[in-house]
Amino acid sequence: MIFIDVLNGVRVIPKRDTYMQEGRSRQVKRGIFTIVVLLIAVVAFSGCNKKPLPTQAEVLPPPPPPAAPIAQLTATPTVISAGDQVQLTWRTMNATSVIIDGIGSVPTAGVKTVTPTQSTTYHLVARGEGGSADASARVTVNAPVAVTVPVTTITPEEEFKANVQDIFFDYDTADIRSDAQATLQKDANYLVSHPDIRVVIGGYCDERGSNEYNLALGQNRADATKSALVEAGVADGRIRVVSYGKEKPFCSDQNEQCWQLNRRGGFTMAR
Amino acid sequence: MKAPALLRAFLPALICILVFVSCAGIGAQDWVRTGTNLSNTTIRLAASDFKPVGADPQTPTLKSVFDATLAKDLDNAGIFEMVSKSLTPQSMPGAPNEIVLSQWSADPANAAMVAFGALSVNSGKLAVYGWLFDTRNTANPQVFGQQFNEAASPEMARTIAHRFADAIIYRLGGGVNGIAETKIYFVSSRTGSKEIWSMDYDGENQQQITHLGTIALSPRISPDNSRVAFAALGDGGWSVRMYSFDLGRLVSFPAGTAGGSNQSPAWSSDGAKIAFSSARSGKPEIWVADASGSNLRRLTAFGTDTSPSWNPRTNSQIAWISGRTGLPQIYIMDMDGSNVQRMTDGGYAVSPNWAPNGGLLTFSWNRKYGPGDPGGQDIYVMDIASKRWLQATHESGSNDFPAWSPDGRHIVFERTIGGHAQIWSMLADGTHQQQLTHSGNNFMPNWSLK
Repeated sequence: MIFIDVLNGVRVIPKRDTYMQEGRSRQVKRGIFTIVVLLIAVVAFSGCNKKPLPTQAEVLPPPPPPAAPIAQLTATPTVISAGDQVQLTWRTMNATSVIIDGIGSVPTAGVKTVTPTQSTTYHLVARGEGGSADASARVTVNAPVAVTVPVTTITPEEEFKANVQDIFFDYDTADIRSDAQATLQKDANYLVSHPDIRVVIGGYCDERGSNEYNLALGQNRADATKSALVEAGVADGRIRVVSYGKEKPFCSDQNEQCWQLNRRGGFTMAR
Repeated sequence: MKAPALLRAFLPALICILVFVSCAGIGAQDWVRTGTNLSNTTIRLAASDFKPVGADPQTPTLKSVFDATLAKDLDNAGIFEMVSKSLTPQSMPGAPNEIVLSQWSADPANAAMVAFGALSVNSGKLAVYGWLFDTRNTANPQVFGQQFNEAASPEMARTIAHRFADAIIYRLGGGVNGIAETKIYFVSSRTGSKEIWSMDYDGENQQQITHLGTIALSPRISPDNSRVAFAALGDGGWSVRMYSFDLGRLVSFPAGTAGGSNQSPAWSSDGAKIAFSSARSGKPEIWVADASGSNLRRLTAFGTDTSPSWNPRTNSQIAWISGRTGLPQIYIMDMDGSNVQRMTDGGYAVSPNWAPNGGLLTFSWNRKYGPGDPGGQDIYVMDIASKRWLQATHESGSNDFPAWSPDGRHIVFERTIGGHAQIWSMLADGTHQQQLTHSGNNFMPNWSLK
């Protein structure tokens, strides 16, 4: 029904009137024919509507091509702050389908309220039998006032990672290196001051050597790391150890830099 | 009955090694070739293509599977000089009265023995008749004949070929059972996680056993083939787990879970006990428990001890690796922890596996180990009594986890080339190397005991 109403509404162009009227109401046209036939009264003929007489040309001109659609789109207001509303208003003619980008199919005329979060150009495309037309409306969104209150987004895990750092080992040994002592002291300090945290120490090895022996070696590395923490005052019961051997490498290249990264005692928070 | 026969079979191999090694001198050995449970003279054997009988449409397929499997099994055995099929007679004898022995004993075949027979499919059943004939004994040539009846399928054609091959190997190979029906258990990461898999001894029929989605390592099949023990990483660390083939699921092994760091299980050859490494007392040590998980006791006390392997002939000794002096070395000890002997004199020696005859060890060794001294990680075979050894792999990838076949003639091992690990097998002297896996990465093979 809306569709037909729209078509009727479109017929405001005078030139199209005769054609559209003929198309719309055959009943009226047949009445005119009957009168004409009676007036002339020469012979009765059939199929008169298919074969109009020359005199009928003034009454029924040949149908013109379908008219091109016309579209109009406005936004009110055109400048807003983030979070404010904008009213989009659109009208079209000769259109059978209307689409607004980002909104989808809409009636051929209407009003819609939108809340853009950033500057947006709304773009409308109207399609009809006579082609298509488009229209656009630009809404400028001014940025909101910046929040000046700093937000703490660091999670307990991130804080743990930042304060409890992994230590590294020399090749084929579980001895704590001198450069690991300072790291371990910092790790222990953090853990002592956060007595609720439980920790898992993973023992890791580089890819060289045998899987089973590396599991034993990784166990020794994890144990050595644990002993150092316990010596520095972390309660034994808060620490669990697991050897990953060479099964869970951090780095898979075949060079000393990568192997060093994989020879470690690694800390994670226990779940 | 069997022990003397085995001894007889192994003795020449031992003598052979000792003689060879003493001639060459220790430490100057490279590319040494010697027999390991392989006899000095090989029998020239011809395997005829089997004669198809009847017109069943399945026959050609099953015949080609059977012929190929039989020829491969006999070649793999390592004790025959196989006659190339291009040199064998055109005739395809299907029964004793159809074979002309002179055709096989004469050049170019020049076969001392010939295996032949017939194959037919009838109403879904595959029937195979096989014979082994001695070509030089024209008066009474039959060594044995055997008949097989199984469902007509490619798997059963392979199985029949395995059984016939094993029967030939048993008769001609000094009474040692063949290995064509044995299986190899291994770790594969082809599904994305390291799981336990199995395959036939020749690499066929690969099947996934575990689906744990974590890391499973070190599979060891029980001597009766009913269970496979392995190590798996769980929430509480590493446990020795047990999968039962009878029940199709994991079964309890309580000794393997405590302490959270249990790995590298090893069955005694009678299936009664399991040795493994556990750090429950602090450092990784060798422990032993009954297969049920009870009667747990510790055997070592120095730390970094792992990878035990039983002397399968006596079950009274264990070989293992220890890092007690630095780099890992191979040691052996008695079951009460006494009589500890270090077997390797340096380098990086891991993954010992004790031979079925009780006299040999195989292990992985990098003799020139360390920064600036890059040697190869290769498979070695050592005579325990003399500590003399031969190198079985040379200049080909990094080799680890050797494991003996039950006949003591073969070794299966892991070889990594360019970051890709695959399972290979070879004769125990290093010859006849062949790759068994090709899909994904595959590790840590273990050979079933039967």
